[in-house]
Amino acid sequence: MQDLPDQLANGLALGALYGLIAIGYTMVYGIVQLINFAHGEIFMIGGFGALTAYLWLPDGTGLAVALPLMILLGVVCAVLVAIGAERFAYRPLRGGPRLSPLITAIGLSLALQQAVWAFYPDAKKARPFPQIGGSDFDLGFVTLSREDLFIFVSAPVCMLALGLFVAKTRTGRAMQATSQDPDTAKLMGVNTDRIIVMAFAIGAAFAAIAAIAQGFKTGEVNFRMGFIAGLKAFTAAVLGGIGNIYGAMVGGLVLGVAEAMATAYIGDIPGLEQFGGGSWKDVWAFILLILVLLVRPQGILGERLADRA
Amino acid sequence: MALLEVEDLRVAYGKIEAVKGISFTVDAGEVVTLIGTNGAGKTTTLRTLSGLLKPVTGKITFEGQVLNGVGAHKIVSMGLAHSPEGRRIFPRLSIEENLRLGAFLRKDTDGVAKDIDSAYERFPILGERRRQAAGTLSGGEQQMLAMARALMSRPKLLMLDEPSMGLSPIMMQKIMSTIGELKEQGTTILLVEQNAQAALSLADQGHVMETGSITLSGTGEELMHDESVRKAYLGED
Repeated sequence: MQDLPDQLANGLALGALYGLIAIGYTMVYGIVQLINFAHGEIFMIGGFGALTAYLWLPDGTGLAVALPLMILLGVVCAVLVAIGAERFAYRPLRGGPRLSPLITAIGLSLALQQAVWAFYPDAKKARPFPQIGGSDFDLGFVTLSREDLFIFVSAPVCMLALGLFVAKTRTGRAMQATSQDPDTAKLMGVNTDRIIVMAFAIGAAFAAIAAIAQGFKTGEVNFRMGFIAGLKAFTAAVLGGIGNIYGAMVGGLVLGVAEAMATAYIGDIPGLEQFGGGSWKDVWAFILLILVLLVRPQGILGERLADRA
Repeated sequence: MALLEVEDLRVAYGKIEAVKGISFTVDAGEVVTLIGTNGAGKTTTLRTLSGLLKPVTGKITFEGQVLNGVGAHKIVSMGLAHSPEGRRIFPRLSIEENLRLGAFLRKDTDGVAKDIDSAYERFPILGERRRQAAGTLSGGEQQMLAMARALMSRPKLLMLDEPSMGLSPIMMQKIMSTIGELKEQGTTILLVEQNAQAALSLADQGHVMETGSITLSGTGEELMHDESVRKAYLGED
């Protein structure tokens, strides 16, 4: 177990990535009680947006120039698709039966996957993503890879910005009010339609940043990458307590660390050798989810329903 | 011209008509009350006036402007504030944040700060607990907060829906005397109440609603002495 700090860092990087995606699920759910199952695809489109920015730049452009532009285009693409989805797929169904937007979300998820598959050049197979060159950072007790550094910087910055926005600004207060009682928020003069659009947009922007982090980590983007990442981020959101933005990040981190630990060490336990290694790594997330839901159905930071009445 | 004019208003939930063609007016400086039993359509009327529900037919005019089809969040900015039934404070926001949301559309920061101070003067308990989550307040304190929050928009017309609901007699008296003070200060109020006695003693005009229609109208005084009102709503034989 001498590589424990490295495995922990690896798990935290993975978890921060899940957490950033999970914010999008949790914010939209907190405000409109909708699970936006197309959010994984919005994440994927953010990745392709970033790749596009990179491909437009002349060869040999330094990362210091390329990365901000990749973030910008990735975020813009993801946000535009999310706003379009809200406006044309979800808003017409608001006030209708709860099942309709859910089915729409699943349909939209497939449609977006297929659109990228069909129309993005060469997207029928995985497209290589630019890599951050250079060696790892050896901090003595732990080694951090350069790829992970991106998520270790961007996730705290995003969380801090979101936390301040929600707690300290007038619009943030309106957002909290809308999630607690939409009708009464309207009576205060809050344009709740705009707040809903904003929740979709913030979630999409964070997902795009997560997609770039995943691109660096895995070295590729592909049209299916949103499925498993979205499912795990949704798990993280439920794990942390859906509707709670800090819960989403905590849920992501718990999930990422659990996944890294299980992948690295379960195979060492006598009798469990066949469960070790990467082939089981996607299973642990869902086992953890089932366990948490049995013990604490409201999630780690979630409130009991009685408190919400 | 009346501040608020309601003409032949009809509101329905699906096929069920909850308000069946009512007309009334509210003049500036007046307190007008709608009384009646549960399910008479009083709350539906208020929710339609503030834009949360859409009328089937009828015309709502506020200061000469037609309100039909205007979104709820815009109606507030025209000067109509609604303190809803069941108080509906934002439980996980602090008292001060609740008050600030009441002033959501105001741009005059200094004026808002001044109005928050006067809310704390009017209701000292709110000032003492300004940083506390509003959900931790008692029912009566929540009602005070709901009224203070509605006043934060400096409304031309304040609509109060069942402010005394579920309160202890002492708290009810406190709330009613606050409404009396607001009236003396010249606030125009449309008051919906089940406590007909208290409402009529404050009101310039009163309307009795029964199953979606106004069945009787008069001054507060007249209705209080009307035999049918006394029998039905004031608990006398």
